[in-house]
Amino acid sequence: MADTPHPPSILDHALRVRIAVPLLVALALLPTLFNLVGEGFYISVASRVLIFALAATSLNLILGFGGMVSFGHAAFVGVGAYTVGILMQSGVVSAWVAWPAAFVMGGVFALVIGLISLRTQGVYFIMITLAFAQMLFYLMVSLKSYGGEDGLSLASRSHLGGWVDLADDAQFYYVVLALVAVLFYGVARLLNARFGHALQGIRENETRMAALGFAVYRTKLVAFTLAGAIAGLAGALLANQASFVSPALLQWSQSGMLMIMVILGGVGYLWGGLVGAAAFLLMEEVLVAYTIHWQFGLGAVLLAVVLLAPNGLLSLLGKFRRKPA
Amino acid sequence: MNAILILEQLLNGLQFGLMLFLLAAGLTLVFGIMDMINLAHGSLYMVGAYLIASIAGASGSFWLGLAGGVVATAVVGVLLELTVLRRLYHRDHLSQVLGTFAILLMANEGVRMIWGSQPMPMAMPPSLSGPVALLHGFSYPAYRLFIIGVGLVVALLLYLLITRTRLGMQVRAGASNREMAQAMGTNVRWLFTALFALGAALCAVAGGMLGPLLAVQVGMGESILILAFVVIVIGGIGSIRGALLGALLVGLVDTAGRTLVPLLFGQLLGPAAAASVAPAVASILIYVLMAAVLFWKPRGLFPAHG
Repeated sequence: MADTPHPPSILDHALRVRIAVPLLVALALLPTLFNLVGEGFYISVASRVLIFALAATSLNLILGFGGMVSFGHAAFVGVGAYTVGILMQSGVVSAWVAWPAAFVMGGVFALVIGLISLRTQGVYFIMITLAFAQMLFYLMVSLKSYGGEDGLSLASRSHLGGWVDLADDAQFYYVVLALVAVLFYGVARLLNARFGHALQGIRENETRMAALGFAVYRTKLVAFTLAGAIAGLAGALLANQASFVSPALLQWSQSGMLMIMVILGGVGYLWGGLVGAAAFLLMEEVLVAYTIHWQFGLGAVLLAVVLLAPNGLLSLLGKFRRKPA
Repeated sequence: MNAILILEQLLNGLQFGLMLFLLAAGLTLVFGIMDMINLAHGSLYMVGAYLIASIAGASGSFWLGLAGGVVATAVVGVLLELTVLRRLYHRDHLSQVLGTFAILLMANEGVRMIWGSQPMPMAMPPSLSGPVALLHGFSYPAYRLFIIGVGLVVALLLYLLITRTRLGMQVRAGASNREMAQAMGTNVRWLFTALFALGAALCAVAGGMLGPLLAVQVGMGESILILAFVVIVIGGIGSIRGALLGALLVGLVDTAGRTLVPLLFGQLLGPAAAASVAPAVASILIYVLMAAVLFWKPRGLFPAHG
């Protein structure tokens, strides 16, 4: 990971072993710790944070590294969640079927939406991705056989088989952690590969990359599809975590929230999605405990971040000075 | 389906479209000239509606509430611009999204702290609460006619302001080329603040007009904000003319779609299909409209930038 074959460049976002491994160990010990202090409830919160970290990381892949400001990312999360919900209603409970299906469905929807949206630029791209997400939102609202506006309760969590019982919060957490860790590692590898460098090159200067012979549209479409697929898997996990899917998952405010998480953490930072999701959800958790007007506090903190840390929390570390795009 | 129903839907669409225009006009100018994505625009609409409702409630006069609320909201807009938004102009779009989203959260919660989470009752002026007979056998609520009138007058005033005054000339210059306008001596800082006051006042007018028809409640700004964004993207960012046309299109398609699509589906596919599919199709229509416009005119109907 650290020893790349070519000289290091500003396009490298190395996954540092001395950060990643201790973090992974700490996350793996979390359920034991919560049980020791008798706060087992927080295991579920931790699962939720990890799932949103995965969704935000997939958005960061296209937003931060590809420069595609998608305002409809929650749609793919919703598609994944509904895939699990609909399969379960028709009697398919196996995670081995439902989760890959959610991944594929997220990717297929992203491919189709990307095919059209990626022809537009800038603000118009933001709006057209929003338009497609809203269409899916209203589609789900209208599907009365799958709960319509009220949503769909899942009879149980998906079945993984073997000794693993996903109904147990701690075991579910470990499965989520394993999946998130593997996918995060995959995304990091991808960003440091030729594909990831090409994607970042396109973010900086599309015309120049096209002149150099890179397939700009295809690269963006592949990244968009992959991000949709990962978001679909995050949706499948989210459906299992809550045992409930509803159109609210696809609402534009959810897309906005994912975007806020990425911006909060740091757009174009490898850890941006993870840090942003964790900071946002933990802040929410803490503020809710203190006051019913927690949203005011959340707004104030976000405003302070915008004014004091222009490129997100991770820019405070000051290790990499990123030029404004 | 008869002529009267269609006429009624057309008028409803016109009324909603004109109110959307009031919101979209401010949004498109702020976006086109300052290149600023302002998610808090819907919050000014909400704050305006609350201020008008409470002044009207306290004084017992709708008109006093409207006048006082509009002025107060303009002041709120100016304060917001001077304290926070001014610092975001030179930042990238993503920082603006995060910053104005933060303001949106604080505005929602602030309103809830002051006025509580129950929707606020707001009565229409008694003189306009009855119906008016327009044609033989067709009567229409006077208040909705009044909204159409106000919308048309404000649109006309805005048109005169933009095309016939010095301020309007500077606004148009700023929209088509900001740097050049600055180089030619336009005081951009002052212009921006004035624009914000104007945008906030227009928001308040829309909030006050729609208040008696829709609920005055926390979160009312968000759903209409998305519609306003759809409007300005269809119309072309920075263009008042585009905003007017886009608003009327969206207002008509959205309002008429909600009534006509279920009828149409009912006749073609039977009542069962109409009940399940039609509402979704009606809600999707404006997004299909936007996607179609962007497909053929990727920069909107009337792009302001050259």
